[in-house]
Amino acid sequence: MTEMKKKQAQQSADQSVNEYVEPIEHDDRYILEVSRLKTYYPIKGGLLQKTVGYVRAVDGVSFRIKRGTTMGLVGESGCGKTTVGRTILRLTEKTSGQVLFNGKDIYGLGRKELRSLRPKMQIIFQDPYSSLSPRLPIGEIIGEAVREHEIVPGNEYRQYLDQIMENCGLQPYHKDRYPHEFSGGQRQRIYIARALALNPDFVVCDEPVSALDVSIQAQIINLLMDLQQKYSLTYLFISHDLSVVEHISDTIGVMYLGDIVEFGSKTDLFARPLHPYTRALFSAIPVPDPTVRMNRIVLEGSIPSPADPPSGCKFHTRCAQRMDICSRVAPEWRETEPGHYVACHLYDEQS
Amino acid sequence: MRNYVIKRLLLSVVILLFVALIIYTIMRSIPTSYVESIARQRASLPGSKSYSEWLEQLNKVYNLDVGILEGYVRTLINMVRGDFGDSWHYNVPVTQKFTEVIWFSFVLGAVAFILEIIIAIPLGILSARKQYSKTDYAVTVFALIGISLPTFFFATILKLVFAIKLGWFDLYGTVGRYYFQLSPFGKFLDIAKHYVLPVATLVIISIGSLMRFTRTNMLEVLNSDYIRTARAKGLSEARVINYHAFRNTLIPIVTIIGGTLPSLFSGALITETLFGITGIGKTAYDAMVSADIPFSMFYLVFLAVLTLLGTLISDILYAVVDPRVRVS
Repeated sequence: MTEMKKKQAQQSADQSVNEYVEPIEHDDRYILEVSRLKTYYPIKGGLLQKTVGYVRAVDGVSFRIKRGTTMGLVGESGCGKTTVGRTILRLTEKTSGQVLFNGKDIYGLGRKELRSLRPKMQIIFQDPYSSLSPRLPIGEIIGEAVREHEIVPGNEYRQYLDQIMENCGLQPYHKDRYPHEFSGGQRQRIYIARALALNPDFVVCDEPVSALDVSIQAQIINLLMDLQQKYSLTYLFISHDLSVVEHISDTIGVMYLGDIVEFGSKTDLFARPLHPYTRALFSAIPVPDPTVRMNRIVLEGSIPSPADPPSGCKFHTRCAQRMDICSRVAPEWRETEPGHYVACHLYDEQS
Repeated sequence: MRNYVIKRLLLSVVILLFVALIIYTIMRSIPTSYVESIARQRASLPGSKSYSEWLEQLNKVYNLDVGILEGYVRTLINMVRGDFGDSWHYNVPVTQKFTEVIWFSFVLGAVAFILEIIIAIPLGILSARKQYSKTDYAVTVFALIGISLPTFFFATILKLVFAIKLGWFDLYGTVGRYYFQLSPFGKFLDIAKHYVLPVATLVIISIGSLMRFTRTNMLEVLNSDYIRTARAKGLSEARVINYHAFRNTLIPIVTIIGGTLPSLFSGALITETLFGITGIGKTAYDAMVSADIPFSMFYLVFLAVLTLLGTLISDILYAVVDPRVRVS
């Protein structure tokens, strides 16, 4: 009863930011379907701590991920990539929109159902050190939830744990050691082992290699790709490192200030980036050849505040190809070629 | 680990020597002099020696005719031998007086301490879990009231309400009027009943800081990445809080608790005085006021030993609860 009252209060409070979203029609080829997802964080202010505004961390994002593929999500820091990853796993509550996982509405589940679904959708965080409890030996970190969810029968538990650790490049005798005794790369492998021990279908990799040095990055990326093959995993790979994303992804979404501005297959996107932001972003990829002259598109200004985003197209304040319409009307999604979507007024006349 | 403990113990001995020197110097330097007051008393008796003659004689008897450093060394040698001397104020051996009164204070301190932990830590966790909720604010206000209340005021209020108006408890003392006619169990109950108000006073005024401390640490832990990991694993909320979060909150709490060891024996002067409990707090206060050097030395050095032990214990506990600082 109180639960319902709370919900009602929540709804009436959020009416200004909440909007009705057409239910997604589930297509079984896709493991994850996200429709117009919004995550706003209230800004409290004043004497009575009233909500005076919202940080629009994620502002109406839609995408789908096919089973067994990897979607890369790129964008500069603060554009809401991480919040997308957390909101689709319901680690952060959404404001509106819909998330279907295997056809199930994540936000329609009760506490218990959500808990039993958790092992199927896992996440790997950026900083493997702070994400591992310093008080637990790693065997316990990896195995705890395996026991809790009874992923394997009790008598096979030890064997299963050893197997997972070996698959992730760890020695089973490491079990009794604590996270601080490992190097950065090992810690990330521990974290990957932790996620995979639960036998997930879908893993959000939230900048899993950003905290590691380059030689280790390659190891971890290759490990993730090997494991994807082995366990037929689906990844959402969040990163600001375009070369890493190019290496691992099948499809890529480009985010700017809480919106996905362009979405397409990796080959399409790298061959023909359409959105001016994507072009600017891709022009910054370093080329390992000193004789090549780089034509960098340098964006002016800094990223606007997500609490007070620009009107119309959010990118218009920094766009070199800005038109009159851009500051007034938000651009619609357009499919310029099969599977390649862009939200930009430059492509209006084509349709 | 063993070497570390031995090293720390040796270091503690050196610290103790200096602490004892400081205490002795202060006791010798304070304006009140036990010897002078006795000499003045004796000299005022009819037909007695003069004040200065008495003073000279008494100084010799009480070993005060030597310099501070020499007096310190003599006292120290006696203390090492286990001879703490007689209390000047109480006229009995120091250790005898001490053992007579310490248990009243210890029981009072220990019961209050245990209750404080039992109440403050869960409250702190509760208000951290429901940060900025009504519960949180209520707990915080309660804690702040406790911290702000002066002991003498709060104890007096408690006495007025529960002893005078309601008549549930006696105003003073540790035993009731009919104590000696009671059965052993009845005696225990009688004593327990007399401890209710003093313990309540101590608990309520001291609960706030531990509760706030727990809350702050719990909040920090709850916002950490590994708690998000624990939630992402699909663990139950109870397990996330009790197993993952609480374990990590324990680290700083343990150090605080180790540091409170001396307070179990130091007594609570105001509370003891108000409730007429002859504990160590009151006893030591009277000894110090009358410049009773042997008793004050024993009491203060004893507290110094406990303080050093307390920090050592909390350092060891730190290593026990936090694998990161374990010395290999």
